[in-house]
Amino acid sequence: MSEITKFTNLRNLEGEELSITVENGYFSDSASAVQKIEDCTGMTLIPGLVDMHTHLREPGFEDAETILTGSMAAAAGGFTAVSAMPNTDPIADTAGVVEQIFRLGQVHGICDVFPIGAITVGSKGEQLAEIRAMNASAAGIRIFSDDGNCLSSAILMRRALEYVKSFDGVIAQHAQDPELTVDSQVNEGAISSRLGLKGWPAVAEEAIIARDVLLADHVKSRLHICHVSTAGSVEIIRWAKARGIQVTAEVTPHHLLLTEDLIESYDPVFKVNPPLRTKRDVEALRFALADGTIDVIATDHAPHPIERKECEWANAAFGMLGLESALSVSFKAMVDTKLISPKDLIYRMSSRPAEIAGYKDHGAIANGKPANFALVNLEKNWVSKPRMSKSGNDPYRGMTLPVVVEATYLRGRKVYSHHE
Amino acid sequence: MSQHLLSISDLNRESALHLLDTAANLARATETTVKKLPTLRGRTIVNLFFEDSTRTRISFEAAAKRLSADVINFSAKGSSLSKGESLKDTAITLQAMGADGVVIRHPASGAPKRLADQKWMSGSVINAGDGTHEHPTQALLDAYTIRDRLQSGKGDLQGIRVAIVGDILHSRVARSNVLLLKMLGADVTLIAPATLLPVSVEKWNVGISFDFDRDLSSFDVVMMLRVQRERMVESFFPSEREYARNYGLNSVRLSRLKEDALVMHPGPMNRGLEISADAADSIHSVIPDQVKNGVLVRMAVLYLLLSGEQS
Repeated sequence: MSEITKFTNLRNLEGEELSITVENGYFSDSASAVQKIEDCTGMTLIPGLVDMHTHLREPGFEDAETILTGSMAAAAGGFTAVSAMPNTDPIADTAGVVEQIFRLGQVHGICDVFPIGAITVGSKGEQLAEIRAMNASAAGIRIFSDDGNCLSSAILMRRALEYVKSFDGVIAQHAQDPELTVDSQVNEGAISSRLGLKGWPAVAEEAIIARDVLLADHVKSRLHICHVSTAGSVEIIRWAKARGIQVTAEVTPHHLLLTEDLIESYDPVFKVNPPLRTKRDVEALRFALADGTIDVIATDHAPHPIERKECEWANAAFGMLGLESALSVSFKAMVDTKLISPKDLIYRMSSRPAEIAGYKDHGAIANGKPANFALVNLEKNWVSKPRMSKSGNDPYRGMTLPVVVEATYLRGRKVYSHHE
Repeated sequence: MSQHLLSISDLNRESALHLLDTAANLARATETTVKKLPTLRGRTIVNLFFEDSTRTRISFEAAAKRLSADVINFSAKGSSLSKGESLKDTAITLQAMGADGVVIRHPASGAPKRLADQKWMSGSVINAGDGTHEHPTQALLDAYTIRDRLQSGKGDLQGIRVAIVGDILHSRVARSNVLLLKMLGADVTLIAPATLLPVSVEKWNVGISFDFDRDLSSFDVVMMLRVQRERMVESFFPSEREYARNYGLNSVRLSRLKEDALVMHPGPMNRGLEISADAADSIHSVIPDQVKNGVLVRMAVLYLLLSGEQS
């Protein structure tokens, strides 16, 4: 006996009315035997969002977040798939660890958790991890990254790019020249100089991206650039794409909205890596997302317990929450400014990341596909406050943001509801 | 004045001059009558030092005691601070002990502002040097010394030409001095190799020079900054010899100074590196005045913040 639900009085992102039918967890065009009707007046249908860059902290840092609380935060933000970065303890550099993370995500069943494997053992940048074993595991890893650390060795980067070609894998680089950023705290510029905080120069990101696009070109492999933060990086990626190099790039919601002047408070809630940059950088990132030079928005959701932020700037941890606010912040930065349409924004937060990451069950609303979607209210505002995350390092706290996620569905099952 | 002194930007021209005038009045009061004034009797001032600095700590201690305040020294070595206690817990402890003022020295830039903003404690916060950010009382004592020597202890520093020489990049003294000297009308030039100048320093609206010898005889004040030897290891300059040759105040440069030019140094000095012994001990040197005036200026700061005059 199949279970069939019809969602009526919906709108799509172009404002057209529609209804959808979900049968046994799949989108369906079945016209008969609808058992349940959900009246969705006022709500807009979007495919479940897909995050390519998430820190879930489990195993090892469960005081900050767990796979369960991170999944709940993801669902509250309209996400149905997240990509768990490997900088856990132990580091996700073996088939055993990635399978465990993947399975815990499935057991909780609130959001699909796709681990990202470490490129090198312990993410130390010295020796390749067992990449094929992680790929062949039940987790089926295809994206590898030493996120948090830059893979700065040119020869290891070359080898990694070559090695993942055998299964159409992707190397996701955290672009940060380590020598140029020892103890770096904030964007290097007039504000860092005045505040006496050690600068993190744009060139430290741009030099690595320039090298890596050339390496990707040389070995004809796929490179993904994590959290692009500077106008110069955008120029290099634009050049690389024009040359036909297989490079994709992500930007975080916070780099699309927040600027470095916030650090004047010395409040470490604004401490993040890469750091908040200038207004000029923010504008370049917005235009790059609008024209497709930057492919996707990724949260870099980075929860930290309160004591890692309630301290002096230099002693505080890098990172901000992102899952619960990503859609709203991105709307504020990109749609409220009329740079892109709601439909194009959702493409860059859902279909496009699903395509790059190879998450075939996500990013599309089409008959026969798993019913991974969210219902959002584009007319409502809310005041930012983390509800589901175990941590509270929300840089938008108290800020009024557009768009409320009303409900999220994973394979047809309601996993989040705004009112319940 | 506001409740705290975290940065020179907490002051304006008027309040800075009022502070210098107050220090001058305190100088007269302590010289002509008794050394100790009863002004802050019953108030508690904590010297909270997360970084060693004997001279700044004893200067604040002397200032507080001359105003009859009770002084508690809380330093990192041999206390809970070295055991990893957080700034927050330390602040809560100080609040419970009833500290009216906290003088804080911290290796992290912005730590005094965190202490002042977070409402963990209600007392006044006085920045005694935070990381590579600011050291406002050092700038105030420098301005006081310049005004005392070159402006008969009155008015502002209009038209005074000041060279600040050395490791500007890592210097909280330079940052506070640039803000205060400009506020008081002085003409400031920073002299250093480009490696030791902050990025975007051109936006500070001061003169910049890589050549100590150029215009040397035009300066009324030459302020030498301490250069830490470990900067050489980090390749900010190739050798001590090359640094001293290009940016040290040696006897040849000393002889080219204006007749009444002042040589200043916030201490502690590296004799033979940024300053030669004959320069440090010359008639141009007002380095002992700086130390003496430091107590007066800190008395003025404590008095204005804690005596209730601001309200």
